[in-house]
Amino acid sequence: MSSRFRERPGSALLLGALAALVATGCEREVRRFRESPPSAANVAAAAVAGRNPYEGNAWAVAEGRRFYDAYNCVGCHAHGGGGMGPALADSQWLYGSEPAQVAASIVDGRPNGMPPFRDRIPEPQVWQLVAYLRSLSGLASQYGVSARSDHMQYQRQALPAKRRRPTANR
Amino acid sequence: MTDWLQSVLETAGPQARRLLPLWRFMLVVSVLVFALVIGMLLWAVCRRRRAEPPSERGMTRTIIGATALTVLILFVFLVLDFTVGRALARPPRPGPVVSITGHQWWWEIEYDDSLPQRRVRTANEVHVPVGQPVVFRLRSADVIHSFWVPSLGGKMDQIPGRENRLWLQADTPGVYGGPCAEFCGHQHAKMALVVVAEPPEKFARWYEAQLAPAVAPTDSSAARGQRVFVEGRCATCHAVEGTPAGSNIGPVLTHLASRLTLGAGALPNTRGNLAAWILDPQTLKPGAKMPPNELSPADLHALLDYLGTLR
Repeated sequence: MSSRFRERPGSALLLGALAALVATGCEREVRRFRESPPSAANVAAAAVAGRNPYEGNAWAVAEGRRFYDAYNCVGCHAHGGGGMGPALADSQWLYGSEPAQVAASIVDGRPNGMPPFRDRIPEPQVWQLVAYLRSLSGLASQYGVSARSDHMQYQRQALPAKRRRPTANR
Repeated sequence: MTDWLQSVLETAGPQARRLLPLWRFMLVVSVLVFALVIGMLLWAVCRRRRAEPPSERGMTRTIIGATALTVLILFVFLVLDFTVGRALARPPRPGPVVSITGHQWWWEIEYDDSLPQRRVRTANEVHVPVGQPVVFRLRSADVIHSFWVPSLGGKMDQIPGRENRLWLQADTPGVYGGPCAEFCGHQHAKMALVVVAEPPEKFARWYEAQLAPAVAPTDSSAARGQRVFVEGRCATCHAVEGTPAGSNIGPVLTHLASRLTLGAGALPNTRGNLAAWILDPQTLKPGAKMPPNELSPADLHALLDYLGTLR
């Protein structure tokens, strides 16, 4: 091996350059442990902006998935397939698919059974849940999505044709 | 910090006592082997080059000798390890059985009993009777943790999806530290189990007290604190038996005020530390799964009054 490199110093150089190039791809995901104090103003600001600071962040999506079990979302929505509550892993969004609309569903509740979780779930955790829920339908970047069992795997081609526009019933 | 004993060299139980000579023997042998290897290396570096190369036969003899010595040392280790391991494999007599489940970054504790209403559930602080072997059933809820109380013996990994068992016995009353011994994430360093060994009568009293549900608050401030707890966010994750709060995500707090530490050994359990912990746990233990909380001063003091009644 080493003798070959000695014969052609160019290949060793090329390999080193490639390794350096690969190393630049190692970007660490941001994990913020301290969020600004939860308050109504923050929720409103995020809702107006319509952004989710956690969208596509793998750690946040994994945390959202944990809360989804821990806060008993599974009790009604099962693992995305629905049960007493509507399915969350499909392309139907009864109250809109925008992050702010999904957050509003959690915080304020929705008619016919969805209870409000205002004052129960801290605001940063709501947004982590939103990041996870949107990833269930393939709306978030696939790079941040945590592993799922094969039969629940999102089918990329199937979705866009059926996806409903977010309705303006808020 | 709370005083607790946490050292393999200061033993407080038969397990640790039996392991200590083995540890010392291995240390001495390893030091001797290390010194020998380094000494020969230095000798090889410093000596003069010989005029003629060494004989083939001499080299063979040296290599065979070194290999035989290594095998012999390892075999002695193996035999000793096997005998000690066998002697410690089973508890000498039956005793309490305690399930300990590792979480990021705290310990969930449940005492076994054939009657469900006789099972004590608590967190981060395990009490054991002195002079009785206690069997620990070790599990994990998320990643690999490891259970290790150096002064009593151990250690044993806690692996998600399987149960490991280890028995320990404390012969002297005292408080023993059990740090998580397998790197498990951000707050691995602040994930300590506190083991309180006490005489059997005292342990029985503690057990009965822990079995009881939380007493309903009598003064108005504590009553308000209970409402803050149950109707607010605390109850989303924490349980207090005897109230509607029954969630299992975080540590059970039914007898929080009787514990020595907060946040799994992170802080001594005082009113001031508890207030700081409730408002901003991320400063005290960054990455801990408890979120910061915003409470009005009146609500906070009421909540602290209430948590103070959970003896």
